[in-house]
Amino acid sequence: MASRKIIQSFSAFVCNIYLPGFANGHIYQGGIKALCLPGLNCYSCPGAIGACPVGALQSALSGTVLRFPFYVMGTFLAFGLLFGRLICGWLCPFGLVQEMLFGLPTRKMQKSHFTARLCSLKYLLGIGLVVLAPVLLYAAQGIGEPAFCEYFCPAGTLEAAVPLLSMNDDLWAAAGWLTVWKFFILSVFLVIMVFVYRPFCRFACPLGAWYGLFNRQAALGIAVDEQRCTHCGQCAAVCRMDVRIAGDPECISCGACRPICPEHAVYFRKLWYGKNMAEVNKN
Amino acid sequence: MKKGLYLIAVMLLLAGLYRGEEQMVLKKAVTICLECIGIG
Repeated sequence: MASRKIIQSFSAFVCNIYLPGFANGHIYQGGIKALCLPGLNCYSCPGAIGACPVGALQSALSGTVLRFPFYVMGTFLAFGLLFGRLICGWLCPFGLVQEMLFGLPTRKMQKSHFTARLCSLKYLLGIGLVVLAPVLLYAAQGIGEPAFCEYFCPAGTLEAAVPLLSMNDDLWAAAGWLTVWKFFILSVFLVIMVFVYRPFCRFACPLGAWYGLFNRQAALGIAVDEQRCTHCGQCAAVCRMDVRIAGDPECISCGACRPICPEHAVYFRKLWYGKNMAEVNKN
Repeated sequence: MKKGLYLIAVMLLLAGLYRGEEQMVLKKAVTICLECIGIG
């Protein structure tokens, strides 16, 4: 869908519209950065004008004072309820990076039962590295660490570490084993992205895992008219994600399955339409 | 159920704003976080 690519590109541009940052190696410091962006977009990226929701959650759970992050959790819940994983398919800058690399003309690895099982990994990473690790480290040593961002997140390395290191000699002095590790993780993902569709999104993104929980209730996104659906499986067959049926927690609402459905049961749930959107699609 | 979740989201946001948590997000977001981006 060409329109999706345009919206993805526009979203990535708007989320990182502080262009002077890419020229001078500084990050945006305006007050709007108190707002969380919907997608995975490191707030240390020189162009970022908002906070990464995962980074903000990690930050709230880290440090010397542990308290429930009401503001960040409210943001997480609001984004989930409004968009679900539509954010992954249409708004996330790192999703766009993955799709661009997958567009390189090479042989591709198809989805399988193995990749479907691997999708559970993102839930473990989300619970383990984003939530439990900072809290347990706080309990053990009195100060929490943003474990997911620090030891794993390739988006932060690509969007922040790469441009900042390339423009700031002082940061090179601070680089060490952790930098080597993070660049190793990034390199692995970048290579896999060429051959596997959205590997970070499918297997490792805690944000996608969270948003997926709201896919069936979200105000916007792909849905299936259960009365029309014959469970023929054609939506799952055409999908590059590991969905069992359109609109399930793995669905990023890209809409590729909508014209394929022989019963016209797949539709975009929109705020201004009721549940009979399938009728609208058919007519 | 859905309306209840929307209500919880709004209440969480309001509670966070009341406690000034958006300023904590801002404070973290306007500083280059070396450990967050894996420099060290």
